[in-house]
Amino acid sequence: MNALATHTGAPPEAAAPPRRRLARIYWLEALSEARKAVRLPGFILPALGFPVMFYVLFGVAMRYGTLGGVTMAEYLLATYGVFGVMNVSLFAFGVGVAGERGQGWLLLKRATPMPPLALFAGKLAMALLFSGGVVALLAAIGLGPGHVRAPAATLAELAAVLVLGALPFAAMGLAIGYWAGPSSAPMLCNLLSLPMSFASGLWIPYPLLPAFVRQVAHGLPAYHYAQLALKVIGAGTHEPAGWSLLYLAAFTAGMLLLARLGYLRDEGRTYG
Amino acid sequence: MSINIGDGEDGERCERAGAVGRRARGEAGGRSGDGRGIVAELEWASKSFGKVRAVADLDFEMRAGEVVALLGPNGAGKTTTVRLLLGLIRPSAGAARLFGMDPSRTAARVRVGAMLQVSKVPETLEVREHIELFSSYYPHPLPMAEVVAAAGLGGLEGRLFGKLSGGQRQRVLFALALCGDPDLLFLDEPSAGLDVEGRRSLWERIAARKRSGGSVLLTTHNLEEADFLADRIVLLDRGRVLAEGTPDQIKARVAGRTVRCRTALAPGELERLPGLRAVRRDGDLVELFASEPERLVAALLAADPALCGLEVRGAGLEEAFLALTCGLAAGGGAGSVVGARGGTAATAGAADMRGNRQANGKEAA
Repeated sequence: MNALATHTGAPPEAAAPPRRRLARIYWLEALSEARKAVRLPGFILPALGFPVMFYVLFGVAMRYGTLGGVTMAEYLLATYGVFGVMNVSLFAFGVGVAGERGQGWLLLKRATPMPPLALFAGKLAMALLFSGGVVALLAAIGLGPGHVRAPAATLAELAAVLVLGALPFAAMGLAIGYWAGPSSAPMLCNLLSLPMSFASGLWIPYPLLPAFVRQVAHGLPAYHYAQLALKVIGAGTHEPAGWSLLYLAAFTAGMLLLARLGYLRDEGRTYG
Repeated sequence: MSINIGDGEDGERCERAGAVGRRARGEAGGRSGDGRGIVAELEWASKSFGKVRAVADLDFEMRAGEVVALLGPNGAGKTTTVRLLLGLIRPSAGAARLFGMDPSRTAARVRVGAMLQVSKVPETLEVREHIELFSSYYPHPLPMAEVVAAAGLGGLEGRLFGKLSGGQRQRVLFALALCGDPDLLFLDEPSAGLDVEGRRSLWERIAARKRSGGSVLLTTHNLEEADFLADRIVLLDRGRVLAEGTPDQIKARVAGRTVRCRTALAPGELERLPGLRAVRRDGDLVELFASEPERLVAALLAADPALCGLEVRGAGLEEAFLALTCGLAAGGGAGSVVGARGGTAATAGAADMRGNRQANGKEAA
């Protein structure tokens, strides 16, 4: 042990990277995530394609119907926006993290001095970017063939609420990523997101759902997220927005905790 | 210069005694005698996964500039040892240190690079993009051109990872381990899954790193690889250190031949054969691990003229491990580990190896 005394200390900059280098790490991490996603059409096409397809089929086709005081095209712009953002975030984190973790890639990154948050920040940036993409696509369809005539300020607020909705589902995806295996994660994400989308009124508007499904909806994060989006265009239920926000904040915290437990579990276990 | 090998009766006690010897050597100045510090250290570290004890009471240290190979079969605890030293898992007991620090500290991690067993790497990133990202994690990364040259990736910088061959992929992982210009390089089974050419090419890269003074800890189940690259080999089996020494010492230890035949000889008679190190039998089919196969076969034929199916072949690491481990497992009974004999492994300082093993009594005089 006395030989330890011969160690020379690491240079001080090694412990805390200067801000510029740190910014570069975050930037490159986000860039890698975006490159990976763009070059892997198997991820990007379904994530963008399904909400767009549904919106064209239902939102545009039934654009003159009204619901909750707004046109169907406006109502469904909010709910398919929720559907799209939720799927993008859930899959980016759930499938992405489970895959990289199960194949040993995250372990290799953990062995480097990479700031652990950089990885998640990169994935989050990518999820937000693609969420913005889905919302922009839907808005373009809504404003064009959907004949949506909401004021620009309302549309901007709707877009902001929709994109921020990526946060709770990114947290949920992270939890799935740390508990599911690389092959079971895509199925698990679908298994959770598809029934939740239906029961939260993302496909068929909430007021048209069967009574017992509407009761279930109140316990689902996607329902509360959708209500926040619908409130922006004046079509929400009379539930207070504060309650939905509180619910989503608690849900996000719970999912992050679950992800953290999964991460700690990894330290006592090996993969591959 | 002793080899620390469990003596059949009490492997643990023997390892502890051996460890003291290592420390004594270490304090005398280490490999190159230049007084440089310890870069990595496990202090009586153990790690259990559930009921499985992957690593037990491992006491190990590595000095700057040293290339050490952890050699052992699958399940020997090599990967666990690497993960403990990298701070990726925490020891159930004991301690792991890098440069005298907790290995999970950033100050320690900026000084190491790791090549781990990764089953899949993001395939839609280019080689250059992978290296650029990993380089950004380190305060003083090597220039891109230098990393590309050192890993033999010239001309492949713009290629997507998914379009590379197996050997090229391993070299990218090597580049990622190297790009931070680490003081200590961890290579976990670096040549796994490579063909002979790919393996040779990677060995050359690692050897070049060694020549430039870097410390390397590599794991392998390939004796040839350990021999080619390492200054020191630590032989692991079931989470314990079985033997430790220079490649020559280890080769002398495990050199030998496997003799297979069908014979009616009784176990007691087999044990009296000269140069026998271990026996494995299955009915009348017998496998004998011999340090001097010529003498053994002569004695065998003399003892049982009716034997058939005689076969003599080079003993791989499997057989060597059988020879080295069965003594521990059988508690020193028949067929237990016998001290290395000078005769066979004339290549390599075998005389050093005789050490304290003579007392075992299985030496054929």
